[in-house]
Amino acid sequence: MNAITDAEIKAIEGKALEIRKTIIEMLAAAKSGHTAGPLGMADIFAALYFHVLKHDPKNPAWAERDRLILSNGHITPVRYAAMAHAGYFPVEECLTLRTFGSRLQGHPERESLPGLETTSGPLGSGLSQAAGYALAARMDGKPFRVFCLTSDGEQEEGNTWEGAMFAAKYRLTNLVQVMDRNNIQIDGNTEDVMPLEPLDEKYRAFGWHVIPIDGHNVGQFVAACDEARSIKEKPTLILAHTTPGKGVPSIENDYRWHGAPPGKGPSDKFPADQQKAMFLQELEKGNNV
Amino acid sequence: MINPDAKLAENIFEKPAMASTREGFGKGVVEAGKADERVVVLTADLAESTQAHHFEKAFPERFVQVGVAEQNLATVAAGMANYGKIPFITSYAAFNPGRNWEQIRTTIGINNVPVIVCGMHAGVSVGPDGATHQALEDLAMMRAIPRFTVISACDSEEGRKATIAAAKLGTPVYMRWGREKSPVMTTPDTPFQIGKAQLFWQSKNPSVAIFATGSLLYQALLAARDLEAEGTEVSVVNVHTVKPLDRETIVSEATRAGAVVTVEEHQVHGGFGGAIAELLSREAPVPIEFIGMQDRFGQSGEAQELIEHFGMSHTAIKEAVIRAAARRSPTPGFRKSR
Repeated sequence: MNAITDAEIKAIEGKALEIRKTIIEMLAAAKSGHTAGPLGMADIFAALYFHVLKHDPKNPAWAERDRLILSNGHITPVRYAAMAHAGYFPVEECLTLRTFGSRLQGHPERESLPGLETTSGPLGSGLSQAAGYALAARMDGKPFRVFCLTSDGEQEEGNTWEGAMFAAKYRLTNLVQVMDRNNIQIDGNTEDVMPLEPLDEKYRAFGWHVIPIDGHNVGQFVAACDEARSIKEKPTLILAHTTPGKGVPSIENDYRWHGAPPGKGPSDKFPADQQKAMFLQELEKGNNV
Repeated sequence: MINPDAKLAENIFEKPAMASTREGFGKGVVEAGKADERVVVLTADLAESTQAHHFEKAFPERFVQVGVAEQNLATVAAGMANYGKIPFITSYAAFNPGRNWEQIRTTIGINNVPVIVCGMHAGVSVGPDGATHQALEDLAMMRAIPRFTVISACDSEEGRKATIAAAKLGTPVYMRWGREKSPVMTTPDTPFQIGKAQLFWQSKNPSVAIFATGSLLYQALLAARDLEAEGTEVSVVNVHTVKPLDRETIVSEATRAGAVVTVEEHQVHGGFGGAIAELLSREAPVPIEFIGMQDRFGQSGEAQELIEHFGMSHTAIKEAVIRAAARRSPTPGFRKSR
């Protein structure tokens, strides 16, 4: 259904690189915001907006579109960048992130920018919203799918597990959760702050179909989305193992980059502009390897 | 005397019909469900206590049971409303909005989706369950959130009408409900409009205006009848909509009387009395006495004995009226509205 060719994968990877560059540009311009998570999820967002999702950038309110609910709202720069590159709004507008009067609020607001679907930021409440959305759509026989992107850190929220139970009870096969398993949160590595493993077994025990993937492998992600369509009776979790800060090796896997923009990280030896340029260089270099 | 325009029930002082306000919700939500198939009802393991079971029986395919999970209750409903449904979410007010306030603020309020949050078992009149289950802070919590309309019906019949009206609003609503049976003062002919306060007891020269919300309104009417017999004239206004307040009616009645008593089964801080004081301090500053919980938690007991113990009965209202009247400005000119 969503079978994908090598050439298509290559094209999506190219989009992911553009999205990562825009993320660095917009965070540097904003002088605040989160770097690690958005970079880590760029491949999945590129795959969603350029292959998986049924959507129309020129008609964000299209009734039959697939819904993408972002639960961990703090990684919204990757969504803004992906939407801009997909044609929802001009890429230059990304540079207004977090500024007064911008449609690109620090955490996403549904009514601020068409296509955002919901307001989020406070963690743990996205999965239930997505489940409610999926249930309402099924009541009316709507065929679209609901994707909910979550973080690993917000698996510490009780609301997440209330939503997980609910989705399994109502057998929401039109719901797919994509969890960004990047092993970091603000205060440290997840397994130090609050051990989460075994996440796959926990979700299976809660009645979910679980597909672990490499979150930087576009082919694996697209295949997992296809597999989710074939699963009857259960909601699906795509457990995407990702590298926080992916593409910028000097900050990869360092939890201290969770909530810092260029110039404000833990190894803050560089002015913001210089560090932005270095990050962009690292992205280019990685792409040429 | 009772305002004839309010078209209240006959003999409300002698032998009033009794029903809880939540029973009005149970009837009203079925009517709302018949009128609009987008209406859905969710509950957190309290279908019967909240009277949501009437809707469950009438429309099982539109009834959603989320289990004992109030945060899930609010957020699932936010998702359903975002899709296009009109969800009523039902639990005890101590948990909804007591436990899920942030979810209500973010996913219903900021998201701006039409969920109707129903907090049952509000006030000390919950009775034997005790302090943990007697919500006394919900009006303060909910009127602080932008975009929410806040409604506290005075009886079962008004609650029925308010439920039907809330389903048609298309914006976030909080509705407060009581467990205990209370006098049914209004009739199907009593006018009802969200945001419109009503004069239930009128007199020629009131020295105090009593503003009441919820079923304690009946205690205010009892106080008014006694006071009139003793030669003190008052007016009693039913303020079912705590937000937005009916500015015109409240300012006009407060100005005419020159002193005010507010009545609510809720903490006196931040609730209904606070809302009246915020309005009148700007528009018509007059002395105000506050009937309600005086910064305390409740305890187990029977509803009526708790209402009396915590100073919210008609005798306490009478005393407050006398205190408020004594504080009136001797110069009528000071009582004029700006």
